[in-house]
Amino acid sequence: MNRRGFMTAVGAAAAATWLPLPAAAAALRGYERLLVLIELKGGNDGFNTVIPYTDAEYYRLRPGIAIPREQVLPIDAHTGLHPALLPLMDLWQAGELALVQNVGYPRPNLSHFRSIEIWDTAAGSSEYLDAGWLTRTFASTPLPANTAADGVVVGGAELGPLAGVASRAVTLLNPEQFLRQSRLAAPGSPAAVNPALAHVLRVEQAVTDAAARLRADRVFATAFPASGFGNAVRTAAQVAASGAGVPVIKLSLNGFDTHVGQLARQARLLKDLAEGLVALKSALSELGLWESTLVMTYAEFGRRPRQNQSGGTDHGTSSVHMVTGGRVRGGLYGAAPDLARLDGTGNVQHAVDFRAMYATVLDRWWGMDAAGILRGRHAPLDLIRV
Amino acid sequence: MKFLIAVMMGGKCGTDLRAGFLLRRLLALWLMSGWVALPAAAAPLGHDDARHLLNRAGLGAGIAEVESYARLTRAQATERLLAVRGGVVSEPDWVDEPYFPPGRLRTLDAEARTRIQVERAERSIELREWWLRQMLVTPDPLRERMTLFWHNHFVSGVQKVLSPQLMYRQNVLLREHALGNFRELLHAVARDPAMVRYLDSAFNRKGQPNENFARELMELFTLGEGIYTEQDVKEVARAFTGWSINPNTGEFVFRPAQHDDGPKTVLGRQGNFGGDEVLDILLDRPETAALIAGKLWREFVSPKPAPAEVARIASALRDSGYDIRAALRVLFTSDAFYAPAHRGVLVKSPVDLVVGTLRQFEFEVPDGLPFVFAMGQFGQVLFAPPNVKGWPGGELWINATTLLRRKQLLDTLFQDRLAVGPVRADMMMAAAATPAAARRERARVAMGRVRFDGDAWLTRVNGMPLERAVLAVAPVHAGGNVSSGMDHLRELVLDPAYQLK
Repeated sequence: MNRRGFMTAVGAAAAATWLPLPAAAAALRGYERLLVLIELKGGNDGFNTVIPYTDAEYYRLRPGIAIPREQVLPIDAHTGLHPALLPLMDLWQAGELALVQNVGYPRPNLSHFRSIEIWDTAAGSSEYLDAGWLTRTFASTPLPANTAADGVVVGGAELGPLAGVASRAVTLLNPEQFLRQSRLAAPGSPAAVNPALAHVLRVEQAVTDAAARLRADRVFATAFPASGFGNAVRTAAQVAASGAGVPVIKLSLNGFDTHVGQLARQARLLKDLAEGLVALKSALSELGLWESTLVMTYAEFGRRPRQNQSGGTDHGTSSVHMVTGGRVRGGLYGAAPDLARLDGTGNVQHAVDFRAMYATVLDRWWGMDAAGILRGRHAPLDLIRV
Repeated sequence: MKFLIAVMMGGKCGTDLRAGFLLRRLLALWLMSGWVALPAAAAPLGHDDARHLLNRAGLGAGIAEVESYARLTRAQATERLLAVRGGVVSEPDWVDEPYFPPGRLRTLDAEARTRIQVERAERSIELREWWLRQMLVTPDPLRERMTLFWHNHFVSGVQKVLSPQLMYRQNVLLREHALGNFRELLHAVARDPAMVRYLDSAFNRKGQPNENFARELMELFTLGEGIYTEQDVKEVARAFTGWSINPNTGEFVFRPAQHDDGPKTVLGRQGNFGGDEVLDILLDRPETAALIAGKLWREFVSPKPAPAEVARIASALRDSGYDIRAALRVLFTSDAFYAPAHRGVLVKSPVDLVVGTLRQFEFEVPDGLPFVFAMGQFGQVLFAPPNVKGWPGGELWINATTLLRRKQLLDTLFQDRLAVGPVRADMMMAAAATPAAARRERARVAMGRVRFDGDAWLTRVNGMPLERAVLAVAPVHAGGNVSSGMDHLRELVLDPAYQLK
């Protein structure tokens, strides 16, 4: 069969297997539940995201970049959100936004590169693992055979938590482009193959499977923000709408490495993030999938409590992360960082190990044993309603 | 049968020119018929073996070069690869500028700091362009490959070293010793300023040891895990205290005041060791040669271990006092290297795919920038391996994302390109707002100026089945296709088998 004929056949098969959306989202279990990861690339400053607006130490450490008390959006008597997060207040009031404070890990590494590798692989500070934590998850508890892909990474070059030899994750800027590119892939099964060729063929198959089931033609009533992140959210919604069984969608928002002129830059990024999250909820609600979606932010690290000389902040350790979704029990989790007790590098001591976030996904969201995958026990956070 | 042919080759009949000629013809027919009964080491390589050797030990080669190797025996071909002809691509002019200590960045104001950081990013890319060009045109492809091999063994990365100048100097050092002596290389790398920065040696002082270099030295550079104890790591770290760099010149400096010259116990041996003595202790251990030999096996032959073969390579290394050429000689003249079971079992690295394709098909590449970006997109940013363990490579090179990107590049390269052609209007440079945007624009335009004379290349194939000239193993999507010429070539480079070597 020649290539063109083959691709036509795949196209026909794709049309035939096009499935309607799941009816009763609440009944979905295990990998039927979607995980959306949002990487805040560069390391978001947690202290100016969830703000200890009654802490004098906060204002002392950040004379030039602290958010004035009157601008903070209070969520309790001591804590408030950055004003650019205003769109998230609906989620907060609906009790669907969990803010996990002070997430980090022991012996923190302050290199972007190394620290995100630690997060992606759920490794210890001096452990080097080849496969991402999600790839290890799917190796340990396999996905259903008809899953279109292990995960879809929207934009960005790295597979991150979905990296590894066994990964069947795909990256796409938008589904249209992926469908065009995927024509270059074609599965095949020659009589005798060596392991390297078998691997390439598995990957060709993964691309073809994903292409056969990802669609790009869903029309949403939701208005997606006109930002790059808004486009990524639209792509994520298209993937979810495909009914392709993809358990993970990873988005990223770039630019949080705010060494210089942090105020304006972080405000713009947080606005993008908040508007994107609102659009994501809206689009997934249209699909009836918000109840079966868990959204989680992560980043390589946070920033240092004390501002630097350039109106910015340098690489720090722990930070705050957001978890939202139709079944999330909103609220503040984790002990607030103690700005009066900084370590030798001027950083706070973490309160929640990042692997507890992953344990929450594995144990509470997908219902599996997390300890083997995370190479140790990390108690999950109790932030998901049964 | 083997014996008979050996006699025919070396025996008296060779003195009769006419008879010798006939016998050689007969022999050639025999070899082509596929049952090669001659002791392979004494026979000419032939096209397939020569191509295999140049893909694995070199960086890919055009048909004329493959043919010239095809006439050599294994030993002759190996010597030709091991010889160094030299000649380098001229380096970026900033490499000789006065050294800028990365630590000085902190003392600058925001504007100056940003300027230096942008410059550092630019220079890191220029360094990659320089090395890529070197790989494309080098007359010593094995030396370049071994330079890359040592880059991935003695890993340093510009992300942490923060000095393109020091990364350049390290690359020159690795090239100088690439085919030299591992003992000398190890001693040189231990005092290489980029390495000193990368593994924090400069923070390793008497009374405040930093174990980073000591640990990686034993785990990754020499012995391998499980041979040494945590106590050994501590003792070795003490031995290297005071190994530092001069912040003003970027050159290595030993600071006696920071050196702990007390007694140490390393792998059961006692003495007031310094760093060089520790290196010699590590080199005395057979595990070091075994580790290097195993890595060479995986680099050149197969991901599957073969203890007997690796032991042979390790012995050659040890018996020669760590002569890297001695080890490579054993490797490239072995039956194992040429065994059919080992063909097409290695995944092409991004360098293999990009450089190998450009060299094999003799592309004209006026500007290497788009290929620097391509290799990065495939997961190999030169001078920036992911961590101290280097690129894990092998099957990890290929996932759904990188596979599509690889194929996208091949698809672009093998669209109809002629030797000459006008620059298309859409390939004119557009104005760009930032240096990064200008670079992206330059890469886009440069890609449009890459030239491949497909017809000329196909003529040089000269009737040989195209699969044999392009692939290491049979194509997956064979049979049924009736295409020829460029169409067939496009199908072959997009075949899954093209991802292998």
